[in-house]
Amino acid sequence: MNSRSMTEQYASKHGKIYWLFHDSSVIAWRNLLRFRRNPEVLFFDVVQPIIFILLFAFVFGGAIDVGDSSYRSFLIPGIFVQTIAFAGASAAIGLNADMNSGIIDRFKSLPMNTTGVLLGQNLADLVRSVITLFIMSLTGLAIGWRISGGFANAVFAYLLLLAFGFSMAWIGSTIGLSVSSPQVASTAGFAWLFPLTFLSNAFVPTETLPTWLRFFAEWNPITSIVAATRYLFGYPIQIAPDAPFSLQHPIITTIIWLVVITAIFMPLAGKKFRKATSR
Amino acid sequence: MSIAIEANNLVKKYGEVTALDGLSLQVEEGTVFGLLGPNGAGKTTAVRVLTTLLTPDSGSATVAGVDVINDPEHAREIMGLSGQNASVDENLTGIENLVMLGRLFRLPKKEAVMKANDLLERFTLTDASKRIVKTYSGGMRRRLDLAASLIANPNILFLDEPTTGLDPRSRLMMWDVIQNLVNEGTTVLLTTQYLEEADQLANKIAVIDKGKVIAQGTADELKTQVGGERIDVVVAQAQASQAAVALQSMASGKVVVEGEHVQAPVSGGGVKVVEAVRALDMAKIEIKEIQLRRPTLDDVFLSLTGHHAEEIKVEDETVATKKGRK
Repeated sequence: MNSRSMTEQYASKHGKIYWLFHDSSVIAWRNLLRFRRNPEVLFFDVVQPIIFILLFAFVFGGAIDVGDSSYRSFLIPGIFVQTIAFAGASAAIGLNADMNSGIIDRFKSLPMNTTGVLLGQNLADLVRSVITLFIMSLTGLAIGWRISGGFANAVFAYLLLLAFGFSMAWIGSTIGLSVSSPQVASTAGFAWLFPLTFLSNAFVPTETLPTWLRFFAEWNPITSIVAATRYLFGYPIQIAPDAPFSLQHPIITTIIWLVVITAIFMPLAGKKFRKATSR
Repeated sequence: MSIAIEANNLVKKYGEVTALDGLSLQVEEGTVFGLLGPNGAGKTTAVRVLTTLLTPDSGSATVAGVDVINDPEHAREIMGLSGQNASVDENLTGIENLVMLGRLFRLPKKEAVMKANDLLERFTLTDASKRIVKTYSGGMRRRLDLAASLIANPNILFLDEPTTGLDPRSRLMMWDVIQNLVNEGTTVLLTTQYLEEADQLANKIAVIDKGKVIAQGTADELKTQVGGERIDVVVAQAQASQAAVALQSMASGKVVVEGEHVQAPVSGGGVKVVEAVRALDMAKIEIKEIQLRRPTLDDVFLSLTGHHAEEIKVEDETVATKKGRK
């Protein structure tokens, strides 16, 4: 019996969804191997989160007044969110590099589910996010941040952060598949994240912003997830009775945002990918 | 004999550039078919269409009877492709690349590892199997790429310029590998810019120019059409046309004059050089230089189309990749 007839036999035992996950996990494994060999990735995943936590905590820590409790406890969920959001840029760069190398022709010429190339990339980024979150949490704990909202809430907070990273990765994928070169992918992958993260409650309370920015900041998905994780980690939040829905119910707002972003950008990235592949 | 690969009237345009202009071909099962042409002739576009990577504007194509345009998923299961840019992952090792591709071909893990090791051994890459592909030489990459396309034992194999950019030793090694595959019964369609390579490997050759097949046949048939070898003579420019007349009687095709170069197609080898020298001597023409050589792709073009095998301004390969990113 030759290999191919074995392939067919084996393949027919399972359905489409099984193979999508099978193919995605093979691609994810490949991407993780690539990450492991890339010292830049080590820097982004391990060193940069530590630097961010220390920098913000010690540089801004004394300058920004957030009321009764310490700025560090206020800040750390914000840095978590910002760092996780950068996973989107990783997807943009990774997929663009694939598109520009011969490997994509190889994938396209295989009887695999090509959506697996996208999903695999994003699953690998999710694994990176887990590592990053772990390191940031340890650094945070070392400088006095505490989880005080209970175990279940903390787990929920971490899951929300990962789900957030996953949905941002689809925006990143769409960008990576839309631009021509890895250099552009790198710039474009990061560029939109800076205004988005700074025009939120990640580093300053939204009440300090001028009215027109405040509206944007209050409905910014970054604000929702920062507020949600702050709450879940047990940071005391006072919400003004006239605050908008997004601040009154940050967890629900976050979940809505994640679903909406994923629902828009997952098919969009898939469409871009297929268009680039079958033309 | 049944037909393994068939293309009918394929057309593919990129804006102003026509990459394929009604390309048709038929490849019999178990044979090697050489697609010969200069850069930009449409070779890569043809391979990309036949391997489902590109949808043509019109025309049809089948591989082992499977319609590549309407049933690409099925078609991908029966063929292998080794492209012009080695399509393996540079950041993985040789074995990791092959295992990954085996898994994506849906082989069980054990089987994928076994198959990968077999292929690495067969392509003399076992020693380098745990090295990252970045560190491989051009020849090793090509061999790994070819190994990658054989993971699922395809009966039909597409090789896009398998030896372009390789040193002579690696080229011979590649020819050997391809020859072995053919001996095992694989049908191969390969593209090349080298007449010598097509001659060496292919049972049948199609010469393509501007997206169309302009001549087809066995290497011998083509050579006869082209007129076997060439005698190149360099004479004083004033005497060139006289020299052409003197050589025409012994030539097997039309003698071409370009400046002080006179080129006569001949068949019969070394003896013909002697004849040429005599003919020119009788006509009292002084020979500055004379040589006998085998015909090149350029000669094929010159005699088939009347123009040199020049590169068109925009290579179809470049256009194809650019579009791919949009």
